[in-house]
Amino acid sequence: MQKSVSIEQPVMDNMQPAKSIMVQSSKDTDFEFTGTVGNIAAANPRMVTRNVDVFYGEKQAIFDVSLDIGTNEVIAMIGPSGCGKSTFIRCLNRMNDTIESCKVSGEIRLDDKSIYRKKQDVVQLRARVGMVFQKPNPFPKSVYDNVAYGVRIHGLASNKMELEEIVVSSLRRAGLWDEVKDRLDAPGTSLSGGQQQRLCIARTIAVNPEVILMDEPCSALDPIATARIEELIDELRENYTIAIVTHSMQQAARVSQRTAYFHLGYLVEVGETSQVFTNPAHKLTEDYITGRFG
Amino acid sequence: MSSHQTEVLSTAERVNRSLKRRYAAERRFRFYGLASILVALVFLVILLGSIFFTAIPAFQKSYIGLNVTFDAETLGIENIEASNAFLTADYDAVIKAALRQRFPDVSSRSEKRTLYSTISVGGTYQLADMLQAQPELLNTTQFVWLTADDEIDGYFKGKIDISAPESERRIKDNQIAWLESLKANGEVKKGFNWTFLTAGDSREPELAGIRSALTGSFLTLLITLLLSFPLGVAAAIYLEEFAPKNRWTDLIEVNINNLAAVPSIVFGLLGLAVFINFFGLPRSAPIVGGLVLTLMTLPTVIIASRASIQSVPPSIREAALGVGASAMQTVLHHVLPLALPGMLTGTIIGMARALGETAPLLMIGMVAFIVETPQGIFDPSTALPVQIYLWTDSPERAFSELTAAAIIVLLLFLVSMNLLAVLLRRKFERRW
Repeated sequence: MQKSVSIEQPVMDNMQPAKSIMVQSSKDTDFEFTGTVGNIAAANPRMVTRNVDVFYGEKQAIFDVSLDIGTNEVIAMIGPSGCGKSTFIRCLNRMNDTIESCKVSGEIRLDDKSIYRKKQDVVQLRARVGMVFQKPNPFPKSVYDNVAYGVRIHGLASNKMELEEIVVSSLRRAGLWDEVKDRLDAPGTSLSGGQQQRLCIARTIAVNPEVILMDEPCSALDPIATARIEELIDELRENYTIAIVTHSMQQAARVSQRTAYFHLGYLVEVGETSQVFTNPAHKLTEDYITGRFG
Repeated sequence: MSSHQTEVLSTAERVNRSLKRRYAAERRFRFYGLASILVALVFLVILLGSIFFTAIPAFQKSYIGLNVTFDAETLGIENIEASNAFLTADYDAVIKAALRQRFPDVSSRSEKRTLYSTISVGGTYQLADMLQAQPELLNTTQFVWLTADDEIDGYFKGKIDISAPESERRIKDNQIAWLESLKANGEVKKGFNWTFLTAGDSREPELAGIRSALTGSFLTLLITLLLSFPLGVAAAIYLEEFAPKNRWTDLIEVNINNLAAVPSIVFGLLGLAVFINFFGLPRSAPIVGGLVLTLMTLPTVIIASRASIQSVPPSIREAALGVGASAMQTVLHHVLPLALPGMLTGTIIGMARALGETAPLLMIGMVAFIVETPQGIFDPSTALPVQIYLWTDSPERAFSELTAAAIIVLLLFLVSMNLLAVLLRRKFERRW
């Protein structure tokens, strides 16, 4: 705990000017959270969150967030740095469990069952709600073993043939097959950044999850690799429910059907992407998407 | 005007002016570094050189050739059929007879006694082995190379200053005459000192070897490795990956760090009190030595293992947890393989320290005079550093050479252990 404080302090210092602007702007608009603007409900919800609060020790990171994630939709979470969008998405497959000081309250349901209930097995949950991280993090194993790992530990393939089929089809769906089919034995870490991220996506979909969480999946990639991933997200939508955190508003506009805007731990506005970007209902959202701060 | 120009060029000129000083400082610093490395190298060369040159004679040994008559009467063998006939025979008498025959002029008792001391007491064992292997040699005369006594060996190696007055020499004038006559007749040879590698400890330097100490060290280290590596790695994994962060784990952490700095003799006392007095394990046995050295090595292994677990990038853990691996699978499949090279390095460092440790072994009685090579972990044995310590205590001159030779063997043991560690690390690292 002390460690994290000592690390955070200088970062905060560096960001002093940006922070003061942010505070100013929220003062300008008299930011006082009065409830989320827009329709938090989705037509056919796969995951439902209600009144979620997240604390890191004493510090509250998420305030009373309620949001539905609809089946086969891409929902984008946008907002300035430190607004809690990554924290929120990490609650959806309980990745926050690994942080000891982190406490989550409120309700998060997957198919009408709370994922924080006692009986919920976290391993099973993470098999159903997969995650792609900000930095490509392939295992230091071969391309094949990277994709096969999840399938193997969950026992999803009954024999080698089946395993191979799953690996090949996952790589195909991740749009990586043509590039790696001749070097499945090469280490995953030898691929380029964009290929590594697609490998991570292939690894995630190999387990056949219901929901895929993506935490800024393109922030470490060049524009061409980003475009490939965005295409891929669009294709994956047919079979999966996707929640994506992004810093790029263009990306949110391109890939998502719904957009949620977070600010200082509050969910300020949520709605159809086209509507949020063309006609934002909240002043803060408008300021953010027009580039006034963030 | 000029002042104006310095104003204009001030940045570039100021930098230029400071450059000279900065480069000088850099050169000076490099020189200090180089000088300290050279000084260290010189000392290393002096150390290794002195050990090496002292040790060289110990790897050679003088033999004296004698026509030995295996006379049944002199040997005192009455019944050849008796099972212990060759064991109990008086080989000493045969050697004495051979010496008398070679030097018929020697008549006085004191001179005879001096003459008899030319051959090492090991000569009798040599003859016994010979006769037991070939009983048909009985009542024949054979030319046999017998081990020379350590003083005689020293003379042939030029260790005796013959210009000194006779009364101050260990080798007298008459002995020198005999030895020179042997040498002139080609009845003296030098050979590789196999005894040093194949024998146990002895009071006679020419019969002393390191085999029992080497075996003792090997068995002790084997136990240390088998116990400290799994225990240390398991403890490190638990503390890093599973233990809740609270006051208790903090306390354990502080204590492990402190244990790494506890003087080794304290572990010896602990071993004496717990393993020998309380559990009743045998004294001076490799099992107790291994247990004590395990206690001593564990903190090193745990600290190194924890450091190497911490150095595994957290993104790998997240990746594994993200696809639904359990905490145990994350550790076993991803963290442990990546941390293993570092763990091995830490273990080898701990083992190298354990190999050179003397003090704790003294406390548990591994300081005994052991001739027999230990056959198991419960047999009495000693260890290489303890053997070195014992030999430095012996009065015979030749033991100082043996000490240096044993130090070389210890260093070779260490180097080969480190080499093994490097090879293992390479093997595991290549996979990633």
